[in-house]
Amino acid sequence: MDYAGLIQILDSALRLSTPLLFACLAGLFSERAGVFDIGLEGKILASAFLSAAMAAYTGNVWLGMFAGILAALMLAAVHGVASITFRGNQLISGVAINFLASGLTVVIGEAWFGLGGRTPQLEGPARFGELTLPFANAIRDVPVIGPIYADLLSGHSILVYVALACVPLTWWILSRTRFGLRLRAVGENPAAVDTAGVSVVGLRYAAVMICGLLTGLAGAYLATALSAGFVKEMSAGRGFIALAALIFAKWRPWHALGATFLFGLLEALGNRFQSVELLGVTVPTQFMQALPYILTVVILAGFVGRAIPPRAGGEPYVKER
Amino acid sequence: MNISTKLMGAAAALALTAGAGLAQDANPGLIIDLGGKFDKSFNESAYTGAQRWAEETGADYAETELANEAQREQTMRRMAERGANPVVVLGFANASTLDVVAPDYPDTTFAIVDMVVDQPNVKSIVFSEHEGSYLVGMMAAMASETGTVSFVGGMDVPLISKFACGYAQGAKAVNPDINVIVNMTGTTPAAWNDPVKGAELTRSQIAQGSDVVFAAAGGTGIGVLQAAADEDILSIGVDSNQNYLHPGEVLTSMVKRVDNAVYDTFSQAAAGELETGISVMSLENDGVGFALDENNAELVTAEMQAAVEDAKAKIIAGEIEVHDYLSDNSCPAF
Repeated sequence: MDYAGLIQILDSALRLSTPLLFACLAGLFSERAGVFDIGLEGKILASAFLSAAMAAYTGNVWLGMFAGILAALMLAAVHGVASITFRGNQLISGVAINFLASGLTVVIGEAWFGLGGRTPQLEGPARFGELTLPFANAIRDVPVIGPIYADLLSGHSILVYVALACVPLTWWILSRTRFGLRLRAVGENPAAVDTAGVSVVGLRYAAVMICGLLTGLAGAYLATALSAGFVKEMSAGRGFIALAALIFAKWRPWHALGATFLFGLLEALGNRFQSVELLGVTVPTQFMQALPYILTVVILAGFVGRAIPPRAGGEPYVKER
Repeated sequence: MNISTKLMGAAAALALTAGAGLAQDANPGLIIDLGGKFDKSFNESAYTGAQRWAEETGADYAETELANEAQREQTMRRMAERGANPVVVLGFANASTLDVVAPDYPDTTFAIVDMVVDQPNVKSIVFSEHEGSYLVGMMAAMASETGTVSFVGGMDVPLISKFACGYAQGAKAVNPDINVIVNMTGTTPAAWNDPVKGAELTRSQIAQGSDVVFAAAGGTGIGVLQAAADEDILSIGVDSNQNYLHPGEVLTSMVKRVDNAVYDTFSQAAAGELETGISVMSLENDGVGFALDENNAELVTAEMQAAVEDAKAKIIAGEIEVHDYLSDNSCPAF
């Protein structure tokens, strides 16, 4: 494989890992605060649908994005009410959200557009265009560095850069701010936080809503940047892959970047090399395409060392009387 | 009234409504396959044919849409029990189910598109996709400037390889040195509905030099055509005429007249002359072909059109034999 081919695969990996990165960081906020969220998938789907619907209706992708975030926030609020206020089982609430999103998007889509749950194709300003970074064309011809900058880093939609910027931002919020410290504490030992006079419920709601915001961005990216419109079930399991990546990343932001990029890279490799010759044996397409899932199984089986989840994760907080 | 009597009442009411459903007369039935009624491709074509029949005759037909793989048998049986006759099912994936279901309803005639089911009350409608794909492959090779053309398939099944194989043969007939990249989206039915992956595969093929891409991938193809339009290369649609999706950027579409197949089945049944057995829709009876309209008029040169019409005549006359992938599960042009 030549250098240009390598750049192209990394480029594809960057595009494919962006929705995973958003979703992974979303799960990170929620789980660090002690609220497990397997409803990432449903929130991504709901956001993808409403962002595409709004963008198709108004012709403005930004309005679409905000509508998508709103959809994800609403589902996040449902999750919050069920699992924080009413202390319900967080896994069940998450599953319910996934089913709800999967059904509602198609039903509402059919009612609005009559296209079998699909939204109309988005064109022009109804989609996120590609952003060319400054001087990209000027230094394209510089050997080695030129293609990295001009072809790999430049030419993505703005949400890709937002996702990348979210990584240091998340790190800074979680480990350098008072809010972050409390958020992590509430996931480890909510009683201590409560004793200190800080609202456990308030912090957990904040975390769940940040999770909604980030999954909203993931969905908007999927429907209005990566493709041009909503198709039923278009999230295609990305919310679950993001959860696997989150465990792989041991609930840390920079690790999350690495983990999601690895998943994106495997998918890109599977797309590019549908059948490869290795040591005289042809590796079948099916194997290449299954790579991300094989990795998921390996990770979940615990081959990556000890991944210790937040100690109070999954448990609703009950104040001592 | 306690809860159990309430429940029994509800069950009785349900049974009554179910009985009302059974009382329908013998309208034809259509089961839309996974991928959905509005996939702008295979299923939509069938739906269009059924609608045309309904509009022209003023008659009614029953229709359901599968939501997942597990519903096939249940839906087929329900359609037959409702009294729909004939029952048309779409897609190769129904074959094994239909083979089991059909003997249980000897008075109902079934029709299956894209696969052969050997039962006395089944009409099997198969298309010569390899012939249509051969023609669009020729057009792709003539339109290509880079000497590389590509193909994105949906689910990795022999039927889709039949498209790919015809396409590669057509391209190589024009330019023996041409490089044909063949990619499949996946190995599960989800591969019919993943435009994101379709677009990503297309970009990867473009990076490998392809400048004409043929999508035979149901709903996934929408992503392929979109990516091709975004990157300013030509694309080729499939099943329905998809030229209008991106005017001036879709070279042509390999049309497969599923609409005619459904329409003919419905009207033959209405006239009482539906014959079971295998029915082949080929170039000869316009069952397959390529689409020409105002959206791609500027892309298809006179030279291209002449070459393709010539090849079409030769295929019909038997002078050119296009290898059918399904005959031996291999392709000389790969």
